[in-house]
Amino acid sequence: MPDTKLTPGITANRLPEGAYADNFSDLHPPLDDHEALVAADRCYFCHDAPCTTACPTDIDIPLFIRQIATGTPEAAAKTILTQNILGGMCARVCPTETLCEEVCVREVAEGKPVLIGQLQRYATDTLMAAGTHPFTRADATGKRVAVVGAGPAGLACAHRAAMLGHDVVIYDSRAKPGGLNEFGIAAYKSVDGFAQAEVDWLLQIGGITVDAGKSLGEGLTLDQLQSDFDAVFLGIGLSGVNALGVEGEDKSGVLDAVNFIADLRQTTDLSKLPVGRDVVVIGGGMTAVDAAVQSKLLGALNVSLVYRRGQDRMNASQFEQDLAASKGVRIITNASPTAVHGNGSVREIEFEYTDDDLTPTGQTFRLAADQVFKAIGQTLQGEGLPNLDGRKIAVTGAGRTSIAGVWAGGDCASGGDDLTVTAVAEGRDAAMDIHTQLMGCAG
Amino acid sequence: MADLTSNFIGIKSPNPFWLASAPPTDKEYNVRRAFEAGWGGVVWKTLGEDGPPVVNVNGPRYGAIWGADRRLLGLNNIELITDRPLQTNLDEMTRVKKDYPDHAVVASLMVPVDEDSWKAILGRVAETGCDGVELNFGCPHGMSERGMGSAVGQVPEYVGQVAEWCKKHTDLPVIVKLTPNITDIRKPAQAAKDGGADAVSLINTINSITGVNLDNFAPEPTIDGKGAHGGYCGPAVKPIALNMVAEIARTPGLGGIPISGIGGVTTWRDAAEFMALGAGNVQVCTAAMTYGFKIVQEMISGLSEYMDEKGMTSTSELVGRAVPNLSDWQHLNLNYVTKARINEDMCIKCGRCYAACEDTSHQAITMTEDRVFGVDDSECVACNLCVNVCPVEGCITMEELQPGMIDERTGREVEEDYANWTSHPNNPGTCAAE
Ligand SMILES: Cc1cc2nc3c(=O)[nH]c(=O)nc-3n(C[C@H](O)[C@H](O)[C@H](O)COP(=O)(O)OP(=O)(O)OC[C@H]3O[C@@H](n4cnc5c(N)ncnc54)[C@H](O)[C@@H]3O)c2cc1C
Ligand SMILES: Cc1cc2nc3c(=O)[nH]c(=O)nc-3n(C[C@H](O)[C@H](O)[C@H](O)COP(=O)(O)O)c2cc1C
Ligand code: SF4
Ligand code: SF4
Ligand code: SF4
Repeated sequence: MPDTKLTPGITANRLPEGAYADNFSDLHPPLDDHEALVAADRCYFCHDAPCTTACPTDIDIPLFIRQIATGTPEAAAKTILTQNILGGMCARVCPTETLCEEVCVREVAEGKPVLIGQLQRYATDTLMAAGTHPFTRADATGKRVAVVGAGPAGLACAHRAAMLGHDVVIYDSRAKPGGLNEFGIAAYKSVDGFAQAEVDWLLQIGGITVDAGKSLGEGLTLDQLQSDFDAVFLGIGLSGVNALGVEGEDKSGVLDAVNFIADLRQTTDLSKLPVGRDVVVIGGGMTAVDAAVQSKLLGALNVSLVYRRGQDRMNASQFEQDLAASKGVRIITNASPTAVHGNGSVREIEFEYTDDDLTPTGQTFRLAADQVFKAIGQTLQGEGLPNLDGRKIAVTGAGRTSIAGVWAGGDCASGGDDLTVTAVAEGRDAAMDIHTQLMGCAG
Repeated sequence: MADLTSNFIGIKSPNPFWLASAPPTDKEYNVRRAFEAGWGGVVWKTLGEDGPPVVNVNGPRYGAIWGADRRLLGLNNIELITDRPLQTNLDEMTRVKKDYPDHAVVASLMVPVDEDSWKAILGRVAETGCDGVELNFGCPHGMSERGMGSAVGQVPEYVGQVAEWCKKHTDLPVIVKLTPNITDIRKPAQAAKDGGADAVSLINTINSITGVNLDNFAPEPTIDGKGAHGGYCGPAVKPIALNMVAEIARTPGLGGIPISGIGGVTTWRDAAEFMALGAGNVQVCTAAMTYGFKIVQEMISGLSEYMDEKGMTSTSELVGRAVPNLSDWQHLNLNYVTKARINEDMCIKCGRCYAACEDTSHQAITMTEDRVFGVDDSECVACNLCVNVCPVEGCITMEELQPGMIDERTGREVEEDYANWTSHPNNPGTCAAE
């Protein structure tokens, strides 16, 4: 008898054939030409547009939407990519509801923003489908830049540096470039291998060598990179995971959400990916929501997302929370885990209600769980890094670290939200700063 | 990327997008910012005689009509020429031209119809270092009541006369700006050419009333309970302007006089259309007034992308490309037969095509009970009305019937050979063809 949603324990193949493809299809199907024109027509071409101000990469949104409206989506794509070379991925993963679309004057006035993210996707998809790369490299400068980490920060830095005429080598400890675009982003936000396709497209600029499977700290040292290259950019993200720090955390079935998601993203056959019947996700951010939603889409019967403070403190946006709720995820707030119960494997997890200041109330409850995903934050890992500011690499200006000649950006660096688009902005700006320094210009 | 640099009657500019003489070009502050935003040239707001400047009304100058979502489609104005002193304008033009030697700065002029007035102002304008002059024979309100503007433009003899005086008293290129408030645009164009003008620009604004206030029964815009007609411009006037440009471009007697195309240019595509119909460059007013200077960026990227796509390297390859295809009705091919085709996948089943064809045309659209729409070829005259009323672009298209196919409406085989009205048997003027 095939497994079903009701099968206890952690097992694969819970859903009928075909359900996986449906469940993991595009969250927002791409706009067709007509839809794109109708959506573009709603833009007012605002002066000093609030949407642009809200975009961490400062994309000229009114201009690109007007370019779509006037039938030149490839020109629109160029407007986007000039500011944000991963504009294709950002169009899919940006929490637009808290960025550009939140401040769109039509959201403020009518509660219906211009569909900026989807229009951005329409434009960038059109250009990428044409297979062209609209940027060329400046004359070779003879300078070499090492980029550690092939996530959005590293890729953006590498592309900009290559465009300015420098030769770039990107090192990454994983076998594939892309960072969390490839291993983290929810599957339904980046379908059909888009992350790799985008990396391949980005590399068309030339002058970038990707050296995958090489880790800073294992073989590579910062000292050596500094002597081999004229500048070093660190975009190593946050590869550590916070622990719950409760009794029983080591029981089998208690996993890091990011690892579960990475496995999910790399699986070619989702029906083979095991998932619990009763899944509990602990955390309140995007990772928690993604783990919860994707568990549900894999066929888990009950998925609870448990967050220790009140709902308004959750990092996941209202849109993300609504998405989770619409997929059947139950969101429980004001509850902190106190113990994991079970005999070898997790069977139940115990929580205590807490107020928004995390004051314990003494009232506890238990949830049945055959799988628990921890999504309570990632941490920076690495030895011999530049000085830290709290738990991240301290940076000033456009990503300058405490070590001269070493820049950092993205999740591993202080400041900015942990978002793909922010990583792109920081990588790009660091490249500009590296260029200024290497070329001896003022700045 | 395609080279957008433009050379219009010897006046060079980085691109063919100029701002028309109007509020956007009224002062140094605007023009500097316009150039920084990417505009290739400006025709300065029309200058008048020295002395106390004209005055404007102190109430609303503009009226408008809107499309869906309050998109501005047509603008009407009762503004006069510049209301700032002549010397102020000339000083500003001098400074701007000095700082922007590669951009086009053209002076627009309007003075009374006597040689001395024109001679006087031309001398002073030349000192600014500007690239040319444009004679404003178009303003249809206010100034025309004083015998200037369209009051001149409507009398071809005056147009020719003033053009001649100007050519006599300046070495600068002379552009004559035409009013559309005339029955046959070719007449003043001919007069301008005969007077020696280097180019014509068109159109200026069209006499208009945009609306009437139904509470106080006064035309809009209303000044203290009264209203005067104004000049109409913006996207709504583009078809009228295109036709007038085409009329001039295709008239052999006008010898290909250079044309600066004006009227409703809002996107790169509008500009490209004017240029294909013979305009050497375009001028823009309302689009800039509606959206700000920044829209020129879309015009630049759009035109260059289009030219790249078409393999054109210079704007001169585009100018006039459509002129050979302008035809009189009587020479259109009557053996060209098309039928409407509805793409069922794109159709959203609104039924507008049905209503239009059933109620007002040829009863050629069919509709089933479950709202599937089709075309009855035996009734379809290929009028294109359904295409134009369908809310989904590209959903209804016209398919050409190939020679040898049967046109079900007439029962006749489609003929391969071109045949027009002049030889049609129903034409009373046809001398028996065979
Ligand atoms: C599950 C999940 C879902 C998310 N969803 C969204 C979303 O929907 N929208 C959004 O905007 N953001 C989302 N984020 C956040 C976003 O993915 C990150 O902010 C972004 O990827 C940060 O980019 P980065 O380049 O700094 O780091 P990363 O993408 O983490 O890339 C770092 C790279 O460095 C490599 N690396 C690490 N250490 C070393 C080393 N020592 N030597 C060599 N290489 C090393 C890693 O292998 C990796 O490839 C999500 C994050 C997670 C975890
Ligand atoms: C407010 C306003 C003032 C104008 N003033 C002048 C003028 O002083 N001289 C002139 O030649 N044309 C003037 N025009 C006409 C424009 O230059 C232009 O010919 C006309 O608006 C059509 O172009 P458009 O559709 O791009 O606006 C004016 C137009 C407007 C809207
Ligand atoms: S705020 Fe909204 S309407 Fe205004 S420019 Fe941005 S997308 Fe367009
Ligand atoms: S546009 Fe400016 S000058 Fe004109 S009425 Fe409005 S506020 Fe006054
Ligand atoms: S007007 Fe267009 S969309 Fe509407 S029914 Fe006809 S074909 Fe379909």
